[in-house]
Amino acid sequence: MNFWEKLYLPAILKGMVITFSHIFKKKPTINYPEKQRPFSPVFRGLHILNRDEEGRENCTACGLCALSCPAEAITMESAEAQPGEEHLYREEKYAAKYEINMLRCIFCGLCEEACPKDAIYLSETFAPAEYQRKQFIYNKQELLIPHPIENPEAYKKALGNRVKREVVKH
Amino acid sequence: MNIFLTIDLPMLAEKLILIVLVVSVSLVVAMYTTFAERKVAAILQDRSGPNRAGPFGLLQPLADGIKLFFKEEIIPNFSSKFLFILGPALAMITALMTSAVIPWGDKVHFFGRDVSLQIADINIGILYVFGVLSMGVYGIMIGGWASNNKYSLLGALRAASQIISYELAMGISLIALLMVTGTLSLKEMVLQQQHGHWNFIYQPLGFLIFLICAFAECNRTPFDLPEAENELIGGYHTEYSSMKLGFYLFAEYINMFISSAIMATLFFGGYDMPFVNEANFAPNIAALIGIAALMIKVVFFLFLFMWVRWTIPRFRYDQLMHLGWRILIPLALFNMLVTGGVILYLHK
Repeated sequence: MNFWEKLYLPAILKGMVITFSHIFKKKPTINYPEKQRPFSPVFRGLHILNRDEEGRENCTACGLCALSCPAEAITMESAEAQPGEEHLYREEKYAAKYEINMLRCIFCGLCEEACPKDAIYLSETFAPAEYQRKQFIYNKQELLIPHPIENPEAYKKALGNRVKREVVKH
Repeated sequence: MNIFLTIDLPMLAEKLILIVLVVSVSLVVAMYTTFAERKVAAILQDRSGPNRAGPFGLLQPLADGIKLFFKEEIIPNFSSKFLFILGPALAMITALMTSAVIPWGDKVHFFGRDVSLQIADINIGILYVFGVLSMGVYGIMIGGWASNNKYSLLGALRAASQIISYELAMGISLIALLMVTGTLSLKEMVLQQQHGHWNFIYQPLGFLIFLICAFAECNRTPFDLPEAENELIGGYHTEYSSMKLGFYLFAEYINMFISSAIMATLFFGGYDMPFVNEANFAPNIAALIGIAALMIKVVFFLFLFMWVRWTIPRFRYDQLMHLGWRILIPLALFNMLVTGGVILYLHK
């Protein structure tokens, strides 16, 4: 080491200049929850039960999503649509009770891939926090997308920029 | 009853108010120094510091203090409870006592009296500061001993040896400064710097040595071995919890604040604002300008403490001792001899 290096002080001063310059650099911190990191469009978040454009629920309680779920998180009970309820459901059979246990769900998206009626898909939101375990079993009301005719903005927001899949109709 | 009539009650009142004011200002500044430390550390590391508690995170020290109060007071089961509680108390007392002789500003005019903003204008100002500083070692040693823990004792011993080694170089560099100023009283030093130049110009090497020793006295990086070891195996504040730990950590920040104030007073003119002639203003306004000037210098030195902390790695223990005894003391002696020689030559 030469004399200037042995002093250590010039090296320390150079280091201090470098540290000082970091004050003026842009910070990569994102101030959650005011700003949020953007997700990709195929992000697998919370489930949403879909409706068609007239507001009828797509789900026919066929049970394919419950069958394909590797964590056995989905349970449902089916019922037949009575004559006065045609505007509510797309086909005769509908899900009277539809529950997803969020604590069991692994957000794999297999239910979305298995559904033939484009009725369930995974959106971009996180599951919020609850105080009790049983509050994590989401029933149909919490999972349903808002009505497109009664509540168009909420419907549009929940739909996001999701690509509509082809629906199998018999 | 007669003795009460001979006490100068207004002076007692003004000193009491001044003491309460200075102590509370020291505590509040130390509190916000902890906050500033986290913010400055964050800014130097490309992130933003605490900004959730209150606007811009300004209530964060309050949250920290309240958290410390609510923690459980654990006192280990051994014989000397008195010493265990005495340790942090001593550290805090000696940290606050040094603030008594620093001139915080010029005279203030209240109720027809001239109140000088210095609690005790003793003519051995700097010597008093040094005496109290040496007593600060007791707080650490007692804390380490009373913890009844081998590692605490070792950590405390290292901290104590570091502090006393660097006190020597500090003292010798001060002797050179005293040769220039000719007085030990802090108030007179500030007055001299007002009419002449700042002592920094007369004693640059002395200032450098004093700065390095101040880093060592406050246990700041690169000399923060007592703190680093605490993270690894323990140290003098391992066994402490809740507010006693808070006192130790707080006393360190108060030490930083007081060291900055002393450096500003000794070498950078104290409450003198450069390029401003204070005689032109009313006494109260001049005092305010002086206090603001001193605070700006203190803030700069605090920023320097933090800036250096996040730039250099810490010294190994033997490197630390080598620096203190074999480099700084000869350098300080050399500085003293050169100063003496130059003064002798100029006075001929």
